[in-house]
Amino acid sequence: MGAKKEIMNAPSQDVIVTRVDAAISWMRKNSVWPMPMGLACCGIELMAVGASRFDIARFGSEVMRFSPRQSDLMIVAGTCVYKMAGVVKRVWDQMPNPKWCMAMGACASTGGMYRSYATVQGVDRFLPVDVYISGCPPRPEAVLEGLMAIQRKIANEQALHAMKTGIASAPTHQPVTGPVIVRGDYATRR
Amino acid sequence: MQRVVERDKLLETCRQLKADYEMLTDIAGVDNFGEDPRYEVVYHLYSFQKHEYLRLKVKVPEDDMIMDSLVSVWKTADWHEREVFDMFGIRFRNHPNLKRILMWDGYPYYPLRKDFPLAGIQTELPEYAEDAGKAEAANMLGGPFFGGTGTTSSREREPRQYDTPAEQQEKLKS
Repeated sequence: MGAKKEIMNAPSQDVIVTRVDAAISWMRKNSVWPMPMGLACCGIELMAVGASRFDIARFGSEVMRFSPRQSDLMIVAGTCVYKMAGVVKRVWDQMPNPKWCMAMGACASTGGMYRSYATVQGVDRFLPVDVYISGCPPRPEAVLEGLMAIQRKIANEQALHAMKTGIASAPTHQPVTGPVIVRGDYATRR
Repeated sequence: MQRVVERDKLLETCRQLKADYEMLTDIAGVDNFGEDPRYEVVYHLYSFQKHEYLRLKVKVPEDDMIMDSLVSVWKTADWHEREVFDMFGIRFRNHPNLKRILMWDGYPYYPLRKDFPLAGIQTELPEYAEDAGKAEAANMLGGPFFGGTGTTSSREREPRQYDTPAEQQEKLKS
């Protein structure tokens, strides 16, 4: 009771009351460190997202981690062939929970134009993809839109429940359960 | 310029040609399915003095798919020959490191042969990639670049919508 009284008496601009769940989710969603799995030409577009014009730092994700052990979000950018699939899977397994996955572009989402013996027909054959981004390659804005979709997803997760039960993708407050599809049709460059 | 060379005279011929044609630009395999001899290996040589290309063609029969490696003449033949081996299964005698270059070790097929389907055949992945499932045949639905007609939405034309063979058949009928 004493603590509560102190909070109530404190000047309002110094104290914010919230749930632990919401605080954890808020911190997570604003520091999503990506693992840039650049496998093909989408990787170049991903570099543009990180550079100054589009500037993924505005969303707290500027720290591209080339070590899976320090990253939260795997961005599979490009065509994944079967020879590479094992490597991608191993990198994914090395990432600590909680973690999210984004399939960037047509190839990572469905195999794209490579309907052939060598190409994995969508990385969701072996990874739990949260967001699919269409485009070949997607515009950088579409990648940012996808990142914001991931952030919405994180914001709605019950972080504490996930910690207790060990289930990586916790039940959500709002229905953002399944994978999100971000349409990549953005205005052409002027 | 183009010449057809006997298989057992290739190495000797190339040793002599090296004086004029310094660079080996490409090696290609060809599968003339239904013909005899079935396979063909094509070498592209370039001369810096004459500014001229020379194309050598060597026929390889299906029942004896081995020929001399040219790594001792042009070092660049190393990876080119590995690719021909990987895609067609033609082996090269005295190659320093003849293993697959594009597909993984232990892949049981030679994918650029004409009797191999473009979609692929379901196969086990190598040990390091076991977690990633299996290499599955891709969904073709009438061809690699066939988008289908008569449907308005691109979602319906997307082959991945029809993942089971039964669904594929139904889609192809309609």
